[in-house]
Amino acid sequence: MLATIRRFFSERAVLEVETPLLSQTIGTDPQLEFFTTEFNFPPSRQTLYLQTSPEFAMKRLLASGSGSIYQICKAFRNGEAGRFHNPEFTMLEWYRVGFNLQQLMDEIADLIAEAFAGQLSSETQRISYQDVFKLNTGLDALTFDYQAYCAYALDNQLPEAIDICRHDHAIWLDFIFTHKVQPELGKNALCLVFGYPACQSSLARLNPLDDLVTERVELFINGVELGNGYYELLDANEQNQRFDREIAYRQQNNLPPVTKDHRLIQALEAGMPDCSGVAIGLDRLLMLLSNSASIDQVLGFAVGRA
Amino acid sequence: MAIYSTNEFKAGLKVMLDNDPCAIIENEFVKPGKGQAFNRVKIRNLKTGRVIERTFKSGETLEGADVVDVEMQYLYNDGSFRHFMVLDTFEQYQTDDKIVGDAGLWLKDQDMCTVTLWNDAPLAVTPANFVELAIVETDPGVRGDTSGGGGKPAKLDTGAVVRVPLFVQQGETIKVDTRTGEYVSRVKE
Repeated sequence: MLATIRRFFSERAVLEVETPLLSQTIGTDPQLEFFTTEFNFPPSRQTLYLQTSPEFAMKRLLASGSGSIYQICKAFRNGEAGRFHNPEFTMLEWYRVGFNLQQLMDEIADLIAEAFAGQLSSETQRISYQDVFKLNTGLDALTFDYQAYCAYALDNQLPEAIDICRHDHAIWLDFIFTHKVQPELGKNALCLVFGYPACQSSLARLNPLDDLVTERVELFINGVELGNGYYELLDANEQNQRFDREIAYRQQNNLPPVTKDHRLIQALEAGMPDCSGVAIGLDRLLMLLSNSASIDQVLGFAVGRA
Repeated sequence: MAIYSTNEFKAGLKVMLDNDPCAIIENEFVKPGKGQAFNRVKIRNLKTGRVIERTFKSGETLEGADVVDVEMQYLYNDGSFRHFMVLDTFEQYQTDDKIVGDAGLWLKDQDMCTVTLWNDAPLAVTPANFVELAIVETDPGVRGDTSGGGGKPAKLDTGAVVRVPLFVQQGETIKVDTRTGEYVSRVKE
């Protein structure tokens, strides 16, 4: 699998890079828990973070003129362990300078086709978040109709959703999507879901024609979430504001404090080329390639035995 | 009682849910890469036996349930209650038919069984996997019958009715699998 991936990018003249796993800053995303460690360098002690993804460092390379790049590295997410999760996992992340989201989706489909070498249906499904949500639930994902969402939960034996999600549109979407939509996606085929609602934008740019959706894509095969990509946000101010919003949210919700990545903001100010990027969980890809029921089966030693 | 977080929900763990004691069957961690983490949990209500699925926000907690399985000897049925005893301590428990349920079909005086206690009160009774019971009523077999073929109903001394091979006779003792209610073999006295 790794050889196939490296050949794929070598043929397309995408440069393999390596960026630090241990860094002075970390992403602000409230949904990503991170590991911290201490750099003991007397007389100073400094908190360093294990990267939840190589995104920020790779963007700094892009801003300094690297051109299209890819990386295969470890990423760390605290608090995540289960059939599809291990706190330490392997990620493939790549950025294509000059690509919009459509072009990136084409390339994702090519890579997946090559990795599966005919084991997967060659029909890649492409559907917008709004359409796939409507198709599977009858609900509109872009406008938050609390009454309709509650009624749907009650009709589908998910009454607990009402207590869990309350009036938070994003959590409602996560709940309904993971329970009722995702299991239906990509039956022995790659399914690309694009146009995520703005409240789930993360680091994607908003669609210039419709500010309710973002230029974000997610990959699914057999109901498994494999990866996530963006038409990358270039606006340093907008990025800075999103960081500040998430830092404020962290404070309000007693989440661990983070150190904002000023170097990323500076890199965006200096100018990052127009690009799209995506990250794919390689352990999950290997699970699908080998028909494994659990991530433990494709890891040397999962966290419980590490 | 201890408090358990979603990460500790392992198969077999007994917890309180909606004021009923329940056992965790399965716990799946569900988390979108960029979203809220949930635990989708399969739970058996120990009072009703019903299995439900329930989702929790990761990190939510449930109170542990004081539920234990205890080996007891079934003593007798006094008409309205059945009586059990822990052999080590001679402690006795009584239950009504609602709690004993179908297990009553397999309970013979002096047999050992498992009584599930919740806050020291019987919650459920599980008979041994295999029990030996006498046939009190069945059609006489016809000469030449072998183990092949259809079989016939036989009523046992506990009141249960099982299908037995044609050659098995009234008065004989047979071994029955209580999980399936099926005849296993004849037992030599």
